[in-house]
Amino acid sequence: MLNGVNREVPMEIEGLGVLRPYQSLVKNGQAKNIERLKDRQMNPSKNKIVGSIEKAIESAGLKDGMTISFHHHFRNGDYIVNMVMDVIAKMGFKDLVLAPSSLTDIHAPLIRHIKNGVVRRIETSGLRGELATEISNGLMDVPVVINSHGGRARAIASGELPIDVAFLGAPSSDSYGNANGYSGQNSAPSACGSLGYALVDAQHAKKVVLITDNLVPYPNTPFSISESQVDYIVVVDSIGDPTKIGSGATRYTKNPKELMIAQTAADVIEASGYFTDGFSMQMGSGGASLATTRFLREKMIAANIKCSFALGGITGHIAAMHEEGLINRILDVQGFDLTAVESLKKNRFHHQIDAEFYASPDNAGCAAHQLDVVVLSALEIDLDFNVNVITGSDGVIRGASGGHSDTAAGASCAIIVAPLIRGRIPSILDRVNTIVTPGHIVDVLVTDQGIAVNPLRKDIEQNLKTAGIPVVSIDELKAKAERIVGKPDLIQWEDKIVGVVKYRDGSVIDVIRQVKK
Amino acid sequence: MEIKDVGMAGTLESSDIMISIEKNEGKGIEIELKSTVESQFGSQIRKVIKETLEKMGVTNVFVRANDKGALDCTIQARVEAAASRATQAGFKPWEVE
Amino acid sequence: MQKLRRTMLFVPGNNPGMLRDAYIYGADSIMIDLEDSVSINEKDAARLLVYNALRTIDYGETEVIVRVNGLNTPYGRDDYEAIVRAKPHAIRMPKTETAQDVVEADKLITEIEDTVGMEPGTVKIFAAIESAGGVLNAKEIAVASKRLIGIALGAEDFVTSLKTTRSLEGIELLTARSLILFAARAAGIDAVDTVFSDVNDEEGFRNEVKLIKQLGFDGKSIINPRQIKIVNEVYTPTNEEIFKSQRIIEASAEAEEKGSGVISLNGRMIDKPIVERARRVLALAEAAKVKLN
Repeated sequence: MLNGVNREVPMEIEGLGVLRPYQSLVKNGQAKNIERLKDRQMNPSKNKIVGSIEKAIESAGLKDGMTISFHHHFRNGDYIVNMVMDVIAKMGFKDLVLAPSSLTDIHAPLIRHIKNGVVRRIETSGLRGELATEISNGLMDVPVVINSHGGRARAIASGELPIDVAFLGAPSSDSYGNANGYSGQNSAPSACGSLGYALVDAQHAKKVVLITDNLVPYPNTPFSISESQVDYIVVVDSIGDPTKIGSGATRYTKNPKELMIAQTAADVIEASGYFTDGFSMQMGSGGASLATTRFLREKMIAANIKCSFALGGITGHIAAMHEEGLINRILDVQGFDLTAVESLKKNRFHHQIDAEFYASPDNAGCAAHQLDVVVLSALEIDLDFNVNVITGSDGVIRGASGGHSDTAAGASCAIIVAPLIRGRIPSILDRVNTIVTPGHIVDVLVTDQGIAVNPLRKDIEQNLKTAGIPVVSIDELKAKAERIVGKPDLIQWEDKIVGVVKYRDGSVIDVIRQVKK
Repeated sequence: MEIKDVGMAGTLESSDIMISIEKNEGKGIEIELKSTVESQFGSQIRKVIKETLEKMGVTNVFVRANDKGALDCTIQARVEAAASRATQAGFKPWEVE
Repeated sequence: MQKLRRTMLFVPGNNPGMLRDAYIYGADSIMIDLEDSVSINEKDAARLLVYNALRTIDYGETEVIVRVNGLNTPYGRDDYEAIVRAKPHAIRMPKTETAQDVVEADKLITEIEDTVGMEPGTVKIFAAIESAGGVLNAKEIAVASKRLIGIALGAEDFVTSLKTTRSLEGIELLTARSLILFAARAAGIDAVDTVFSDVNDEEGFRNEVKLIKQLGFDGKSIINPRQIKIVNEVYTPTNEEIFKSQRIIEASAEAEEKGSGVISLNGRMIDKPIVERARRVLALAEAAKVKLN
């Protein structure tokens, strides 16, 4: 038949099946809408900007019982979760599942939404502050699920945790949703750097709502979230408190104990057998682990050793080492400070990655599995080297699983740094309150009063001893701590389970019970 | 020893304990404890406070303790200082121990 | 082996957290303070705290010295009574002016040791000299008691007594440092230099440590654990020095074995002072855990 431009085309071809002939779309004598608004230039059929969060929620088709998500790149400066949840509550929705990448102190208003039945259950990496305490005290009927960053990405990508609507704060976006954690065009007021955790939601959520306080001209390059994944955009006055999103530059700790632990951790890395040219590393959050970078830098310069890539949460210190040629590439899932944000913006080989690429155990390859060395903090560690980073010594939730188990599992040498005691609380116990990272993937423990190596890693122990670094058993360290502080009484628990801790593969590694009062 | 005044010692800094001791006529030693490590060391802290006072011969006192993770030796020192100030007796444990 | 005193870390006596952690940083000595860092209203509480801490906390290999209040203050006598019984390695006397000050302290410590049945001479004395008068008396102070293991310069009060202030170059301290050092060496005891209070000026601190090491001081008083690493670095001998010293000690041992009074190395005669210096180099190397290739 003749198609819309008068060419003879077949309706069907064997091997290709049924074909659809082109049709001309001239309507009312005009093919194109030349009256279109400037911000609709590239796609006249669709304007993504909606007037309010309420409108976006309506348009996204939110229903009772659905799963919604957020990212935590604004940390304790985040306005998005509370802003959106207030509107959702006002609109009368019930029984929602909240699946943010993490929650923190600022999200205490969620307590009200849980009590009012707006939120039925929560999946998150971390919980802090009043919300965490209330949940530990039995606020929710359904236990909260704690995921690692890699585990969450895996669950979302695999469909195990389907997201119906993602509400993603964007420090810059154009009218079609090309968005980033900074702006190539201006100095974004709420800049947070990498949007690594949000990228997973953008890719897999059924509907994506971007919320920005910085609408920039199209196209917003470089972008990390692309317009092909964004359904609606809401422009608001502010998406976060810049003073709490991140400081100008992370300062190295001045705490002498943390510095000493950091120095020792650097000594351990140097002697571990993995400190060779082209090694890769990640430093987790926490004073001692971040400061390890400083001492490692001195050793790298002295030995003329370069790092092939630094992974994970990125500080200005890592960026500076990249700029002085000590770190070849940066794979950035989360910016820890504004210097890191600036580096992401200006350094070509400082690369933004998503959480799935970062740490998912189920895809064809994640960066965490390429790590040689990771330095991680711990609230508690036990004689089997199991690590707790989620519940405090009183059993109350006050932390985050984060990338802890992902990087410990992936790195050839996972080093845990912790003071032997905090105040009167020993860090080493017979059994940790909650297992987040299983002991068999933890290799070395560095404290201010001694180093212990997992008996599964005789090779590392031998390397340290050869280098003249004293190693003791973890039992000895525990005994030393108890000589100083005494033996703590065990926490008493109720039967009620308030939290389920999932390992990165989705299996349940532990549960958190309500603390007995 | 007779309690003459309210005696206070210690600070609210980490690893310290603030102790306040006052008269508690005829009611023995009563302790009101607030501690950051209550669930792990609460009973031990009470025990150290009580034993220190008994050793000093101080009875019938109301003790307010605000603990920030002090070790036993610190608790003992702060109780001794607070009781010494409350009794105005200039307690010198090295003379009796 | 002779005790090294490269670093003497100040620890405020009324701070339980610091008292608990003072030994973990690897200072050769810690100096727990009951004097200037404790306000007048807290003297009793600090004394009780340090007394209880010393009797409980295991300070391991670290030398423990307690700076008490002077016997001419209302707190001095009680400080001695309490602290001697808690058995630190030494008591540090502040503001030592004359040999008589040391004699009186020695007498009091002897009495207390006697009362409680301690071995006489258990608790040593370290004397801080902090005034122009004290510096001029350093020679007599340094030999005033058998308990004396060292003298130290306390520069803050000293420069005030001199009507000057401290400078980075330290020209105002040169005479005092030299006199104290001479007095210590003549008496065969240690000399420890004063504190450097700007913790953030690492370069200024390192320069001062280099200066006092070159003058001959055994070590430095420090106010922050972060300064320990720098002092130890300055005091750590080079590989070359260590290697040379090892050969000198070997030659000396050989000579002794042969019963020869003359030590020779590579055809050159080695004097006794050189052997002594070599021993100190090796002691410093061992303390710094230097590994030789």
